[in-house]
Amino acid sequence: MTTRVGVVTFPGSLDDRDAQRAVRLAGAEPVALWHRDKDLHQVDAVVLPGGFSYGDYLRCGAISRFSPVMDTIIEQAKLGMPVLGICNGFQVLCESHLLPGALTRNDSLHFICRDQKLRIENAGTAWTRDYSAGQEIVVPLKNGEGRFVADEHVLDELEAEGRVVARYLDLNPNGSYRDIAGITNAAGNVVGLMPHPEHAVEPLTGPTTEGLGFFTSVLKQLVNA
Amino acid sequence: MPVARVVVDVMLKPEILDPQGQAVQRALPRLGFDGIADVRQGKRFELELEGPVDDAALARIREAAETFLANTVIEDFTVRVEESQ
Repeated sequence: MTTRVGVVTFPGSLDDRDAQRAVRLAGAEPVALWHRDKDLHQVDAVVLPGGFSYGDYLRCGAISRFSPVMDTIIEQAKLGMPVLGICNGFQVLCESHLLPGALTRNDSLHFICRDQKLRIENAGTAWTRDYSAGQEIVVPLKNGEGRFVADEHVLDELEAEGRVVARYLDLNPNGSYRDIAGITNAAGNVVGLMPHPEHAVEPLTGPTTEGLGFFTSVLKQLVNA
Repeated sequence: MPVARVVVDVMLKPEILDPQGQAVQRALPRLGFDGIADVRQGKRFELELEGPVDDAALARIREAAETFLANTVIEDFTVRVEESQ
């Protein structure tokens, strides 16, 4: 049976089609999910894509967090369903309290768009099993509010439990605390990542194809589950 | 009928860097406004109530501020009633 990976479209999502494409290239069946629909249509995992959901009004991800589809996703994520939030999706996961901390305005105040080198710190999550710990990858990054912040106690806990999934290398593009580019929940099924692996899955359109591992990882996770 | 107004002010917590406030602070001396040591930028919500501003209404507004208007991971908020003119 084909693995079904849902990709949510909120009003203002930009990268939903790229995320669907990445899911397909990884060998799964992408399923479009609509923000007003509570039903997840029997998907095995969910991707919350990048963009500017609900116009980023109030705070990034704050309004989408209360959309009907998120009620179900929050419930299922707590039961172990793999969820990957990329960029705006990461912001939604923090606003949902599925992940700790928050994403705030880049310290430079500028929108940053660049190819970003990352180090995969945790290759044990549902979304990073196809990497090895310490592996360096390059994927695009584009954000205006990508600065991960949390209080010292939370940061220490994330480090101690190995829940920092990816860190910025060479350059910290937004002032994120401890160069954090992505984190996971305690169970390892929910991952938030500020850079965009879904834009690095084909040689024609990406700087590398090193982002594909996020999408193939979840397939392996689900097959072994 | 006078409209009851409740103001919710939301500010980044003191320990969270406020790059917008810093950018404003750096611009002030250039414009000739000296002597301002620090600037922090926040948000102000003005809520106009349909009914009376009683304890129950204020409790609901505090709940709204806590769950939605502010992200208490990084922001503090205050709720106050503004006297109608």
